[in-house]
Amino acid sequence: MTAFFSGMRRLDRRWIFLCVALLVVVPLLTGFHIAPVLPSARSRGFYDAIEKLPPGSTVLLPGDYDPGTIAENYPMHLAAARHLMRRNIKIIAVELYPGGPPLADQVLRIAGAEYKKRDGYDYVNLGYKSGNEAVMSAMGSAGIPRTFPADRSGTPVGKIPVMKGIENFGQIAMIVSVSAGYPGTKEWVQQVVSRYHVPMVAGVTAVSAPEYYPYLQAGQLQGLLGGMAGAAEYEVLVNAPGLATRGMDAQSLAHIFIALMIILGNLAALPQRAPGARK
Amino acid sequence: MKREIPLLISMAAGIFVLIGFFVPHPAIRNIYDDIQGWVIIVVAFTYVLGMANLFRINVDQIQRGAKDWPYKLALVLSMVATMIVGFFFSRGSHYLDDGTAFSWIYLTFYSSMSATMFSLLAFFIASAAFRAFRVRSVEALLLAIAALILIIGRVPIGNMISPHVPQVADWLMEIPQNAAKRGILMGAALGVIATGFRVILGIERTYGSEGGGG
Amino acid sequence: MKKFAAWILVLVLGAASTPAFGFPLKAVDTPNDKGKNITLSWTPPAHPPEQWVVLRTEPGKTFTVIDTIGGGLTSYTDENAVNGVKYQYRLAGLGAGGAGIFSDDSQTAAAEPSWFDTGKLNVFIVITLFLALVLYYIAQAQRGKQWSFRPIAGLAAIEEAIGRSTEMGKGVLYIPGVQDIDDIQTIASMIILGNVARMTAKYETPLMVPTNSPAVYTVADEVVKGAYADVGRSDAYRSDMVRYITSEQFAYVAAVNGMMLRERPAANLLLGAFFAESLLLAETGHETGAIQIAGTANVHQLPFFVVACDYTLIGEEYYAASAYLSKDAKLLGSLKASDTIKILLVVVILAGCVLLTLGNPVLAEFFATQ
Repeated sequence: MTAFFSGMRRLDRRWIFLCVALLVVVPLLTGFHIAPVLPSARSRGFYDAIEKLPPGSTVLLPGDYDPGTIAENYPMHLAAARHLMRRNIKIIAVELYPGGPPLADQVLRIAGAEYKKRDGYDYVNLGYKSGNEAVMSAMGSAGIPRTFPADRSGTPVGKIPVMKGIENFGQIAMIVSVSAGYPGTKEWVQQVVSRYHVPMVAGVTAVSAPEYYPYLQAGQLQGLLGGMAGAAEYEVLVNAPGLATRGMDAQSLAHIFIALMIILGNLAALPQRAPGARK
Repeated sequence: MKREIPLLISMAAGIFVLIGFFVPHPAIRNIYDDIQGWVIIVVAFTYVLGMANLFRINVDQIQRGAKDWPYKLALVLSMVATMIVGFFFSRGSHYLDDGTAFSWIYLTFYSSMSATMFSLLAFFIASAAFRAFRVRSVEALLLAIAALILIIGRVPIGNMISPHVPQVADWLMEIPQNAAKRGILMGAALGVIATGFRVILGIERTYGSEGGGG
Repeated sequence: MKKFAAWILVLVLGAASTPAFGFPLKAVDTPNDKGKNITLSWTPPAHPPEQWVVLRTEPGKTFTVIDTIGGGLTSYTDENAVNGVKYQYRLAGLGAGGAGIFSDDSQTAAAEPSWFDTGKLNVFIVITLFLALVLYYIAQAQRGKQWSFRPIAGLAAIEEAIGRSTEMGKGVLYIPGVQDIDDIQTIASMIILGNVARMTAKYETPLMVPTNSPAVYTVADEVVKGAYADVGRSDAYRSDMVRYITSEQFAYVAAVNGMMLRERPAANLLLGAFFAESLLLAETGHETGAIQIAGTANVHQLPFFVVACDYTLIGEEYYAASAYLSKDAKLLGSLKASDTIKILLVVVILAGCVLLTLGNPVLAEFFATQ
């Protein structure tokens, strides 16, 4: 045992990396399933808020993330688009990350094909605009058509049926924010929810989710998805298990391994005792 | 004078923006909105300086044959190639549309590498957990216990072990974690205000210094 | 055709001076705005119609339709009023259950821009009090008053880390975070960079500052140049000390990790706003054996720095760094003001909790911002 812990103290961290790699890759490749995903109250809040929206209403879907956080944000973005389209809710998508538009296009195209929704009639992607909070503020004060005069393909918003009657946040039933950090959910809450009292739900990365608990508790957010776990819970709720649900098995094994590393690290740090020695 | 003029400009701009936060009247607010637009324009111009710096340092190292110069060459060539493709071969302002050469470069190289770098976190967290969660004090013990509960409670397997595990994990995040975080945030907010005042009032010598101080 | 007829009926009836059924309608200038807005509010009748037609008149003109809104609403903002013009409003029911339902005419109201947003009065009071305290303590500092502050290990370690780098003949890597120059954390980082650059200039320690934004690059370059000139070592300043890497988050991390592994600095100072890259940077730096001092106000990244770095400046300790490092009396005075206002806020929070527990929400409501 002493030799084992002595070896642990000198363990090359690349062995740890190899174990993590195997524990993550094998479940993804083999479909090995460990435990069912149970939705939390926060994910239910997200789901219920969208369920309560009247069909035919219009939501704003800001996809404020880029490929760096695709594993966490993309599944929740896709699940949200599916949920909204299934409920015949119109979608206006915007992005405040330059790398966001292709991801939003992909999400809307996939969900649109599944639910037979048409670009321009049931959803539109207005694309990326630089300016961070200034864009959000301008959408409320100058109006959405003036802030985004054309959609991503260059069609003037006046000619897009789904934008008819949309002037500012007064015509938006809810904001469904999918964000990776800054600019994102916090800025939408500060700039829009607090001024215009638009209901909002958010899907964020796991590491930043605790930052938004105060907003959830204060009622400024009606629901919150945190990371891939939150995305998996939401996929279960909308009955469309996808990337996130598959990824939770890999994540479960990785988490168990990290917990084991904490315990082993502490055991390895125990002082060595010579054989037969007594205190 | 070389020091006083920038200080006066930053003082005037800072005070004006601070006033603009409280005054909705168009006499102030319209200028406030314009200033925000100016910031965006000025920042856009700094990209020219940034690119020039990037080129200068790397081209200089290539010319001198400095250590690892082939990697500098790869950097410069790929940057130039991407710019040329983006400007001239990717449908102009629609350079990020599906099917353009630029979006191919973006998805094939940048997206993949960006996601790869982010995924390194999984490995680094494991090695950091092994090395750093050493229980040397009562606080460290509490930290390790909280970390273990949260790590297990945040994944479906936690619920399989016991339904109380995710409940305790949620309680830890919603109550003690939130309380501590709010305390830190409040202190940090006061630090932000104090730093802002120091810069606006010109008593922060480093910011805007031109070598005249001591 | 039916709807068109309904509109005509409403216009005709709306223009008439005595409506068939009345309920009160209140019109006021929308407060705390830049003008052109008038807010209407009303208590709806027991059976509200499907829709309301909003009618407006001004002196010398008849009522005209300006909007149609849902029957369930109880307030409406006219955003197209001309400042200074006295308007009067009326609501007319439309659609199912709407025939013959009209509100009373509202009192006249004129839109005016506001000079002060009273909704931010609480913030104004705290900011004014804070500014007054800052000026007071600065004046005290100028008169020679001194205060004692608790030592912060991370800040004391900065000079020690730079000294260690000098002894080992290696450099100092200063990472100013990944936010742009408009972020207060980056501004604070530039301030600390000036202090650090003075030390590296004095000790002739190589300094590397990779930046994530071209605006930060230009400011950092000037700060470092100015700092070297401050201590009379302009000759030691080199233009490649500060360099712009890229604005892309993970590309920046990859480049900085490469710098750590190749250049092997003896000290890494990670001071600024960080996000997901914090552990990537800190863990790589740890592997190179460098002493690492991190500081950020991004609370969600603090655990990674605490785990992987030797010293971590948490929240306001990070903002206090410039005062601690420079030991400038005026800066220490502003630190004293921060502490004083914090004590006052703690007292207010405790008082607010007690009052709220006793059923009095006055303090809680006063400090609510949304």
